[in-house]
Amino acid sequence: MIQAAVKNDIVNQLKREVYSLQGFKKPMDNTTINRLGAIEAAFPNMIFPTGVIHEFISISPKDAAAANGFIAGLIAGLSFTKGTCLWIGNKRTAFPPALKLFGILPERIIFVDLTSQKDVLWAIEEALKCKSLSAVVGELSELSFTESRRLQLAVEQSHVTGFIHRYNPRKENVVACVSRWKIKSLPSVLEDGMPGVGYPRWKVELLKVRNGIPGSWDIEWNNGYFQYVDKQVLSFSETGKRKAS
Amino acid sequence: MPKRYVSIWFCNLTTDWMIRRRPELKDAAFVFAAPEHGRMIVKAVSIIAQQKGISTGMVVADCRAILPSLQVFDDKPELPNKLLHGLAEWCIRYTPVVAIDGSDGLMLDVSGCPHLWGGEKQYLQDIITRLRAFGYHVRAAMADTIGAAWAICRYGQITPLIKPGMQAEALLPLPPAALRLEATTIERLEKLGLYQIRNFINMPRRALRRRFGPSLLIRLDQSLGQEIEAIEPIRPIQPYQERLPCLEPIRTATGIEIALQRLLEKLCERLAKENKGLRCCLFKAWRIDGKIEQIQIGTNRPSRNVAHLFKLLEQKISGIEPDLGIELFIIEAPVVEDLTSAQDAFWNNANSDNAAIAELLDRIVGKLGINTVHRYLPDEHYWPERSLKVAASLEEQATTEWRTELPRPIHLLPEPEAITVSVAIPDYPPILFHYKGKLHNVSKADGPERIEQEWWLTEGLYRDYYCVEDEEGARYWLFRLGDYKSGEPKWFMHGFFA
Repeated sequence: MIQAAVKNDIVNQLKREVYSLQGFKKPMDNTTINRLGAIEAAFPNMIFPTGVIHEFISISPKDAAAANGFIAGLIAGLSFTKGTCLWIGNKRTAFPPALKLFGILPERIIFVDLTSQKDVLWAIEEALKCKSLSAVVGELSELSFTESRRLQLAVEQSHVTGFIHRYNPRKENVVACVSRWKIKSLPSVLEDGMPGVGYPRWKVELLKVRNGIPGSWDIEWNNGYFQYVDKQVLSFSETGKRKAS
Repeated sequence: MPKRYVSIWFCNLTTDWMIRRRPELKDAAFVFAAPEHGRMIVKAVSIIAQQKGISTGMVVADCRAILPSLQVFDDKPELPNKLLHGLAEWCIRYTPVVAIDGSDGLMLDVSGCPHLWGGEKQYLQDIITRLRAFGYHVRAAMADTIGAAWAICRYGQITPLIKPGMQAEALLPLPPAALRLEATTIERLEKLGLYQIRNFINMPRRALRRRFGPSLLIRLDQSLGQEIEAIEPIRPIQPYQERLPCLEPIRTATGIEIALQRLLEKLCERLAKENKGLRCCLFKAWRIDGKIEQIQIGTNRPSRNVAHLFKLLEQKISGIEPDLGIELFIIEAPVVEDLTSAQDAFWNNANSDNAAIAELLDRIVGKLGINTVHRYLPDEHYWPERSLKVAASLEEQATTEWRTELPRPIHLLPEPEAITVSVAIPDYPPILFHYKGKLHNVSKADGPERIEQEWWLTEGLYRDYYCVEDEEGARYWLFRLGDYKSGEPKWFMHGFFA
């Protein structure tokens, strides 16, 4: 038994080393997203990886809006203590006042509106090299493997978290990002008999994650927090309690 | 330092130039003429023609009657200015501050320059002899004020060199026209028998103002040095400028980079001494064929960081075409702002974030254009398109809160897009709508939120916004323009909720 435990420890130790070699470094100043709850279990070390690049794919405008809402929620968790965020794209429709509803101060976001795909990639790479930013959102449609590797190399130096939101890509090709997400909007649910539209509710699909377990969750953005609506997964309040203790 | 000015008057600027260009005209009588009210009027007269009694303003036909051998050329109205500009550039050899004075003269601010030529007399002599050697008939005079130099240059009889403080005495025997007055004032003065400045210089100022207006007193004061007068130099003096002459012409990008680095170091050292930072920087390269190549950058906040500025300018070095080679590099900082060292240290250490971000944005703006970077602040308007404004700087703070009590879509279309709807009851949300050829059945809806046009800004119908969700779970922001009482209102799609 004891030997098995020691073996386990060694394996875990080695795993951690491999993670750190692969860019999953322990966050330096506790800028973890601690409101994500059960989704975090899907990642190595049980922590939402920061300082890496996440890829989001959306096909229709409604899903693009949902994905941007989810990204905004993630950034709010990231930049809670510090920082400015760059939002780079070529056909921006994001409406700054609405970002406030997702917990971000819109004046902390600097929008870079460019015309060509090439310029967008250049700007994203430059931004990812800047250590002072807390996050970079890049909106584009095509991203080749080589391009994504350049971006990955940039974040490995600077530990900036990148969110690449690909809208309507021609092909869902392999890229060097840590994860691939798809966010779809779900009908909102209201308490019985209440009129109107409820909280934003999404189907969050984690299609790929390096060294983690892909999964799918239904979550709701409930006034500043991600709330699970899936019965099988731990509900948010329980996760919160566990963290607090 | 006491001011000294030199006024140069080119008595026959255009005709002298013509003789320079065509020496065979040296002994010919010729004029420049231009049509005016259907007649050819003489605009400029050569010396020989002047001696034959021809003057400006005469009709060419009359002149031909006086002097049948007269040659007439077309007048070029822009010529004097062009010539003066060239001459002014040439005069920079005498002083850095050279201005064009009217259509026939130059004004030089020579304070502190004449001693380099061995004294004022030699200095003035040098200017006159060199210009005469070119073939121009010139008169020049030096005095303490612009007005006095101008007057002595054109009307002085005794000496062109007025000693410091002696301009009042020198002006006394001159006619009133020497004061650069309007024609009507001169006429009125002469009508009253005031043919010389000494006749009226001691009159009570009140009387002079009442009779001749304030302009006479201003001109008088300017000539005597009691009122300050400024000239506009053709090449403004840049307070923050560094230059690097090269022994051999530079032709390679590496050479240009070295020059840039050295100049930036010099400039930033000086800026650091004076607690300044530059907002705009000009890098000029003077080619040996006389052309100037230049690149320019701007920064988001005052900066004197050599590495950062070098990076910004480096992006544009490819825009410099060295051709045969560059012999002189000049760096200028036309826009400079205060940047205390404490502030600089604060930016660079304690709060390095903002400096690094500002430098990143400088690079983006430098490469991709000024209109690409936006930061938004709330504005006090309900109308969605007007509810935000672009922040002027990175540091500008919001004066009001962002409003969060009402739903706003995370994606707002730049222009509302027309949709067709079916509405069960007026003032109710639609039960279905067509958007881009697709039918959406509305399952849930919220609203309306009425937003009126701000009548003090624009006229127009109000919008009734509905937040609707279709069966697939997509949430939209729709609005109706106007109401059903006044005809069939139009519906629009304006945004997507998350």
